[in-house]
Amino acid sequence: MLKIKDLNVHYGGIHALRGINIDVPKNKIVTLIGANGAGKSTTLRTIMGLVRGSKGKINYNDTDITNKETKEIVEMGAVLVPEGRRVFANLTVEENLTLGAYIRKDKSEIKKDMELVYKLFPRLAERKWQKAGTMSGGEQQMLAVGRALMTKPKLLMMDEPSLGLAPLIVKDIFEIIKEIHRQGVTILLIEQNAKAALEIADYGYVLETGSIVLEGEGNELLNNDEVQKAYLGETK
Amino acid sequence: MGMSNFLQQLANGISLGSLYALLAIGYTMVYGILRLINFAHGDIFMVGTYIAFYSMTSFLLPWWLSFLIAMILTCIFGIIVEKAAYKPLRNSPRISVMISAIGASFLIENLAIVLFGGRPKAFPIPDMFNKVVKIGNVSIVSVNFYIPIITGILLLILLYVVNNTKTGMAMRAVSKDYEAARLMGIDVNKIVSFTFGIGSVLAAMGGIMWGLKFPNLVPLMGLMPGLKCFIAAVVGGIGDIRGAVLGGFILGLGEIMIVAFLPSLTGYRDAFAFILLIVILLLKPAGLMGKNLTEKV
Repeated sequence: MLKIKDLNVHYGGIHALRGINIDVPKNKIVTLIGANGAGKSTTLRTIMGLVRGSKGKINYNDTDITNKETKEIVEMGAVLVPEGRRVFANLTVEENLTLGAYIRKDKSEIKKDMELVYKLFPRLAERKWQKAGTMSGGEQQMLAVGRALMTKPKLLMMDEPSLGLAPLIVKDIFEIIKEIHRQGVTILLIEQNAKAALEIADYGYVLETGSIVLEGEGNELLNNDEVQKAYLGETK
Repeated sequence: MGMSNFLQQLANGISLGSLYALLAIGYTMVYGILRLINFAHGDIFMVGTYIAFYSMTSFLLPWWLSFLIAMILTCIFGIIVEKAAYKPLRNSPRISVMISAIGASFLIENLAIVLFGGRPKAFPIPDMFNKVVKIGNVSIVSVNFYIPIITGILLLILLYVVNNTKTGMAMRAVSKDYEAARLMGIDVNKIVSFTFGIGSVLAAMGGIMWGLKFPNLVPLMGLMPGLKCFIAAVVGGIGDIRGAVLGGFILGLGEIMIVAFLPSLTGYRDAFAFILLIVILLLKPAGLMGKNLTEKV
């Protein structure tokens, strides 16, 4: 579904991505793990057209999206839940979700999807009229995911959805990721919580200072000595 | 100084405050979206007034049609200013955009001097705005009634658009988080243009009504009102529409009352705005309706 070939990104003098290749097949969960500053967020931001690569190609459903506008990419069904949630704090929950459907014109379908989001996140339904900024971090993360779902994505990308959340809520979030995946959405997940991510992922990539150093099936990576040492903090 | 005089000054102050409010909204909306102080806003106001003037005097169009044309053309003009002077600098440091704004302002002012001439022009006042209305022994020129009414209607429309339409929602979203808005597929450039368009329409209407109240047109007529309305926006809490309206009224009423009740200070009427600015910045830097700034990071 998504194919990244030899992607290079330069950020004002820094060579942030050094020719990475990533393949996200349809209906799979793929995860990208790595330390802070490895280039995980940059990868997602480049896919969405927020950052431009200096070399390389990004193909989405056999269309070259390397130089497409963010809006066009969203319209093609790819959406990013940004790091740190980034909900519109000054807008109500319902308004946030409505804006998620900004590119869509099918009013009755939008309404139906909103009901689905409320079903998936009953907490949001209770807080429909509350300003997003007044909610807890976990609720804001739910809203950020819900807002992204309102675009009716085929490919959902998430940047550190568990960041700064209590362990119990992290568990909920991962359950929800699985549920969204069951509904037929392809998922590209970035996580520092490598264990949780690899447990649900079909395939994983390990990114280190802008290069992919390791890749493999989720379980395979989970049991890999290097990964365990570097990211899971376990020694055998 | 009797009651009648007070009422007369009150009407004056309210209409001046309305005009300040209309112009202040333009500053505050643009700041809300781009974090930019649009120094050319006062000049857009001037351009709107001149367009109405020429429609009426050179093209001999009826006043209502002239006003409408002025609003439409000024809207387009405002959008062009944004596309030419600010959009190319979207990813530049804020100081560059600010310098570009000052440049745009000088350019428009000097072009106006060349095109319209530096000699003052008399804005033609349609009869219905120039009647003297007598209530008891208070006599008030009718334009002073129309200004707050028209301002009120425009404000209601604006608040409706901002609070209840999808575009308004998108405006608020862009003002909060530009990048997250892009990630939802919102065309930020379109929203910015829309914002400049609205601000410019309000400036045009403000300019026209300014012309009806003070029918003396010069190319630099936007300078002082522009500066004062920027202050009004800051006093109210820049970025907040209701704050801009509040600031506009405080400034308008304050200025008129100083002249009315302290005639010896008449020469300082313009200074009032700046003193108010200093006081507000010292006591409540975020403005009267402003929230604490930490939220904006």
